[in-house]
Amino acid sequence: MNKTTVKAAFKASLPVMAGYTVLGMGFGVLLALKGYSFWWAILMCVTIFAGSMQYVGVNLLASGASIISTAIMTIMVNARHLFYGISMLKQYKDMGWRKWYAFFGLTDETYSIVSLNPDLPEGADRRDFNFLLTLMNQCYWIIGGFLGALLTNIISFNSAGIDFSMTALFVVIFVEQWEKTRCHIPIYLGLGVSIVCLFIFGADNFLIPSMIGISAGLFIFRKRIEEVQEND
Amino acid sequence: MIDKTHSLILIAVMAGITMLLRFLPYFIFSKRTPKAVLYLGNVLPYSLVAMLLVYCLKRTNFMSGSHGIPEIISVALVFLLHTWKHNTLLSVLCGTVCYRFWCSLYFN
Repeated sequence: MNKTTVKAAFKASLPVMAGYTVLGMGFGVLLALKGYSFWWAILMCVTIFAGSMQYVGVNLLASGASIISTAIMTIMVNARHLFYGISMLKQYKDMGWRKWYAFFGLTDETYSIVSLNPDLPEGADRRDFNFLLTLMNQCYWIIGGFLGALLTNIISFNSAGIDFSMTALFVVIFVEQWEKTRCHIPIYLGLGVSIVCLFIFGADNFLIPSMIGISAGLFIFRKRIEEVQEND
Repeated sequence: MIDKTHSLILIAVMAGITMLLRFLPYFIFSKRTPKAVLYLGNVLPYSLVAMLLVYCLKRTNFMSGSHGIPEIISVALVFLLHTWKHNTLLSVLCGTVCYRFWCSLYFN
């Protein structure tokens, strides 16, 4: 792994740093408040590495949920990761041993950056870049979880609103995608279907219907999308 | 009191299923990827980032409280700034500072 690649990965990971540290801390605090030591926070950040699932997980653990309901909840909250794997098949296939970790660490934020296929500086290796970016992001997440759980009673730092950096990152990637292609149907479809589903199914249940709707839409408009893409 | 064994089992279930969801497409399609799946993989990022954006903003309350004004202004700022400068760090930083500023106006 050369220096150029490490630098490029670190630079790409910077926008994620603040968000993951703060969101990780939020998770750590919640978990510690339920009586779990920071070792538990680290264990969950290392093995699960999925933001919203770990927040839900705090309540599952604390309430002593059953295995079945935990399994169902995990599938509901994380179903979107199936789609991330599908998008990264082509790019990750040739990554050798790195692909296992890269697939394991496909969070919303990492996915949105790597799926954009960002330009890399000369001499940088994309396979190492994807691997390192995933690893750096997970480090921020683990550090956040650890600090949150450790400092639960000490933190007076007002972190409210810092998690907006994740929203901002998605807006940035949204703009980049918009400018990268002339074919905007998938973007309209993603926005439209999600908003409609949000109104129909509510904030807690709209992801899965959205994904079904988006996939259906993508196939309905497949011919037109592929036509426009060929002329891109 | 924490039931350590049960907690460990639940964490293993969450970790295992999350991993499975992330690996499954590779397990199924690594040998031979149908054209339809390739197509989906190609266009999904565009739709999913839009969906994630909605997901981030899903709790915004337009009817009461701040009426979503901090969100609207900050998202618009990031959008314009990034269209103009194309500097990811700058866009994220300014957007977050702006959001915190507007929130402090409403909630303090």
